[in-house]
Amino acid sequence: MVELIVFLPLVGFLFAFLFGRQTGALTAQVVTTALLFVCAVLSWIVFIAYGFNDAPTDRVPVAEWIVSGDLEIAWRLRIDTLTAVMLVVVNTVSALVHLYSFGYMAHDPAKAKFFSYLSLFTFAMLMLVTADNLVQMFFGWEGVGLASYLLIGFWNDRHSANAAAIKAFVVNRVGDFGFLLGIFTIFTITGAVSFDVIFGAAPTLSTMTFSFLGFEVPALELACLLLFVGAMGKSAQLGLHTWLPDAMEGPTPVSALIHAATMVTAGVFMVARMSPLFEFAPTALAVVTFVGASTAMFAATIGCAQNDIKRVIAYSTCSQLGYMFAALGVGAYGIAVFHLFTHAFFKALLFLGAGSVIHAMHDEQDMRRMGGLWKKIPYTYAGMLIGSLALTGFPLTAGYFSKDAIIEASFVGQNPFATYAWIMLVGAALLTSFYSWRLLFMTFHGTSRASADTLKHAHESPPNMLIPLAVLSLGALVGGYVFAHSFEHPTDGGFWNGAIFTSAANHVLHAMHEVPGWAVIAPTVVMVLGFIVALVTYMLVPTLPKRFIEAFPAVHRFFLNKWYFDELYDRIFVRPVRALGRLFWKGDGRVIDGFGPDGIAARVRDIAGLAHRFQSGYLYHYAFVMLTGIAVFVTVMIALDRGYF
Amino acid sequence: MSDWPLLTILIFLPLVGVAYILLVRDNDDTAVENIRRVALVTTVFNFILSLGLWIWFDPSDPGFQFVEKRDWIPGLVSYHLGVDGISMLFVILTTFLMPFCILASWKSVTDRVREYMVAFLVLETLMIGVFCALDIVIFYIFFEGGLIPMFLIIGAWGGPRRIYATFKFFLYTLTGSLLMLIAIIAMYWQAGTTSIPELMNYQFPTDMQMWLWFAFFASFAVKMPMWPVHTWLPDAHVEAPTAGSVLLAGIMLKMGGYGFLRFSLPMFPDASADLAWLVFSLSAIAVVVTSMTALVQQDMKKLIAYSSVAHMGFVTMGIFAMNVQGIQGSIYLMLSHGIVSAALFLCVGVVYDRTHTRDIAAYGGLVQRMPWYATAFMVFTMANVGLPGTSGFVGEFLTLVGTYKTSTLAAVVATTGVILSAAYALFLYRRVVFGPLEKESMRRMLDLSLREKFIMVPLIVLTIVFGVYPNPVLSVTDASVNALVGSVAEATGGPKGPAIDASEFAMVSGSSTDAVERGLEAAGMTPAGGGHGESGHGETGHAEEASDDHAAPADNHGEPDAASEQTPASE
Repeated sequence: MVELIVFLPLVGFLFAFLFGRQTGALTAQVVTTALLFVCAVLSWIVFIAYGFNDAPTDRVPVAEWIVSGDLEIAWRLRIDTLTAVMLVVVNTVSALVHLYSFGYMAHDPAKAKFFSYLSLFTFAMLMLVTADNLVQMFFGWEGVGLASYLLIGFWNDRHSANAAAIKAFVVNRVGDFGFLLGIFTIFTITGAVSFDVIFGAAPTLSTMTFSFLGFEVPALELACLLLFVGAMGKSAQLGLHTWLPDAMEGPTPVSALIHAATMVTAGVFMVARMSPLFEFAPTALAVVTFVGASTAMFAATIGCAQNDIKRVIAYSTCSQLGYMFAALGVGAYGIAVFHLFTHAFFKALLFLGAGSVIHAMHDEQDMRRMGGLWKKIPYTYAGMLIGSLALTGFPLTAGYFSKDAIIEASFVGQNPFATYAWIMLVGAALLTSFYSWRLLFMTFHGTSRASADTLKHAHESPPNMLIPLAVLSLGALVGGYVFAHSFEHPTDGGFWNGAIFTSAANHVLHAMHEVPGWAVIAPTVVMVLGFIVALVTYMLVPTLPKRFIEAFPAVHRFFLNKWYFDELYDRIFVRPVRALGRLFWKGDGRVIDGFGPDGIAARVRDIAGLAHRFQSGYLYHYAFVMLTGIAVFVTVMIALDRGYF
Repeated sequence: MSDWPLLTILIFLPLVGVAYILLVRDNDDTAVENIRRVALVTTVFNFILSLGLWIWFDPSDPGFQFVEKRDWIPGLVSYHLGVDGISMLFVILTTFLMPFCILASWKSVTDRVREYMVAFLVLETLMIGVFCALDIVIFYIFFEGGLIPMFLIIGAWGGPRRIYATFKFFLYTLTGSLLMLIAIIAMYWQAGTTSIPELMNYQFPTDMQMWLWFAFFASFAVKMPMWPVHTWLPDAHVEAPTAGSVLLAGIMLKMGGYGFLRFSLPMFPDASADLAWLVFSLSAIAVVVTSMTALVQQDMKKLIAYSSVAHMGFVTMGIFAMNVQGIQGSIYLMLSHGIVSAALFLCVGVVYDRTHTRDIAAYGGLVQRMPWYATAFMVFTMANVGLPGTSGFVGEFLTLVGTYKTSTLAAVVATTGVILSAAYALFLYRRVVFGPLEKESMRRMLDLSLREKFIMVPLIVLTIVFGVYPNPVLSVTDASVNALVGSVAEATGGPKGPAIDASEFAMVSGSSTDAVERGLEAAGMTPAGGGHGESGHGETGHAEEASDDHAAPADNHGEPDAASEQTPASE
């Protein structure tokens, strides 16, 4: 069954990619989408079997992969509750996005290619979540990177799309650099990369040091930190986040599937999967919390200043991923994965809703040219409203259960950055509420700022786009309530059934019951506060934002320009590397060739020229040279003979 | 079958084709077409024959197989051939790439076709000879002889600056080779034999090893090419015709790596161990520097040439890591690069045949006119950046893992190549294939012809198959590489094994938590009490207690460094 779930999308990809042109786009679309729906149904069956019927962790061997000396890597699928959760998330959202794309991509000439790439992405993501060893996970990891690259650059006649695609791939590779070194470290010490072995070796590993670049460092901390660098790249955490907003150049269904629901959560999944390692690496966990909490806050501040509807949601994704990492860092892995699960639904909903808005507005993405749309596209509005409520953590929606649980976990966390995380996360919750309502108000309420022509043609999307919205809305409304109890159950039994390891020292789940009332209510309070601020500034006194910008132009510019990260990286990485490249290139020509072949050739020519001058043809020149030679020779011989030297 | 002189047949069969081609007298179109066909048939037939090597090869035997030995100059040189797990696949790679070279030149070479085909067939003879020779003099003859046809191919059918390129190519390689020749003579005087298997077992004095190592190194480093003696390669590639580039990148570069494996490591193990730092330094520099250089190239072929140098940096690093992963990875990367870089040059050739420019800026938007071409190019680009699932990944991963075991610094520096290669390869792809279709010349481009598809499809299939299922190749090399690692182990003190023996955990049952609990038990850190949840009540302090539990017991694997760097979670 799991083989089917994983490989059906591959079949769909190959079919659509190789035969899409012969069979026509429609066949390719139907085949890929149908296969994905089959996968989605099967995934829910697996999910129920593992989550609620205690199916034991299973490993399905597929084939040998790389065998070299003591390194043995097999293609093998590992299924436990953690994988099952991811299967459900990936396949459900992917199937809905496939369906949605029927409508959204209706006018695109390359539909078959688009659907084939979506299926390729799904396959790679499934390989990632079913991996049984680090290298297979890396296969999926890079595979989703490739699919992401292809889909961001799908409209490849646009320069901006191409630039964004390359940026995504290269920045991700920076993360992969860390991931690879993490794999090397683990393999070098344990001689294995498969999960069962390295999990078993983790306790021993935590007592060892490893000589890295001449420093003796704790082996497991190093390995976990390096792996986390990989997670930071894929999940767009502070420092390696710059690719995610640019990735919005891709078609909106792609943003929903890859850059909100699934691929960007791969980092969270990885840390959760590696919980047996991270649990023994407290420093690494502290770093995870710190980075996560900082990202949550940082991305939220930027989200407040953006005007592109997709970019607001992109920064929101970045911020929510920060929440998940903060939870992982304090040891609340189950809760992090829970937020991953609920977030997939409401964030995919928001993105698909935004896509519906963009579709209605004829590819307009700037919220400053929207407004008052709710009457024109009521269903889309309802979906966006539900998504935003879930995102802000409105009571009883999905986000309320998962996000507030994260904030509580950080409150009781045992990690040096737990309190910092709590402050950051509550602050970010305020901003989340603010930018979410700002988005809704600017897009759907007030008076329209769109051109009359656009407004006249604004229309509600077709059913194939609205059905996915409806399904996701359902998930965003009830997903939290239904599953909260299961996900927050201790991990050694019950729902998780040992898929996540928590050490005996980890009491965060238990301590969450002891959180004081004011701390429990804090996220909800700031949520309301954010709503009020947004209401006042964007509905009641619409001149306020402008006055704010005029009063604090520097602050606004700083947030609008995303803390100048792109500019900074351009100065300290991109340009120097190019300059160095040019320098080295010149070095090849001038230094190496100059002293090497060209230089030698030139010297040979010089010497030949010199020698040539002796060939004058005059007998007395030759006689003179010969006499001189004999004189020197005789002198030297006599000197040697007498022992002068 | 085994009493057939298969290697001799493989080496000299191309010369039969040459003889036939020389018999064709006319110069009209049918004659030229005939010449091409003869060349193609010869190379294809040779490839099919060479598969016999793989079929009848005994992968469990680390020694030389298909051995042929006849006296040539009695007491001095014998005609001694044989292949082992290391060289066998290079022979097949050579015979495999040849038909593609002939096909790629089908339309693009119209001038002096007879001489062109003769040069290629002679080159095939010499290249196969290099990998089969078991006598060091025979090896030298084949190794050097290969320069001549390549010199002619670049010099006669090359681009505008071909004379400069050929001289540079020739000077560089000849300088290196002369040093090697001197070393060969010295080895003969010292050991009294020119037989490679005997020399591999001969123990050269350590100080002699040093300068012999350097003499061979000079030759192989130029061939590889290693930084900083690589500057001939971009020029040679740029000027060479497509098929010339294919063989240059696909086979000729590998002779350097093969030389390290056949001579430097087994014959001078002490020197190799002592000087590994030098190779590591040069390789790490090569990866970073040439990748950055590739990033700013304007010429498609130059960019790929620089990327070849970077990849060869991984290879040399892996070889001198002197462990199984490093060496197998190097062999694998060489084979993979033989396919992938050859394919990339063929891809350049496809568009060069249409537009006659290699200037990256002259292209753009090809995907709209040439979707199949774009797909093929994408596959090879991804293989070039080492995407898992392509053959490039297996080689890069193994060489890096092997190097990391020996030197973390070299591996860390080289791994940055993973980032840089993505940057330059995607940059090339974007400028050539993506972007708006603006240029007039691009609008008239035709997608792959049937002949070109014939070239691309097998290469794509191999790239992916060897990325997903590399075992057929790895298992063939296994015994020989193990023997090689074993023989150098005495000098290097043996490859470092993993610090902890985790094999006891290699059972596949139970959940992640079960796996850790097995580990805790083995490490003597039995999980505290009856699980968690019941005992804790959310106060601080539990973390410290439990961490102490973890750090306190001495680990029972006898590791010296069980220091207590286990810091408590909360301080």
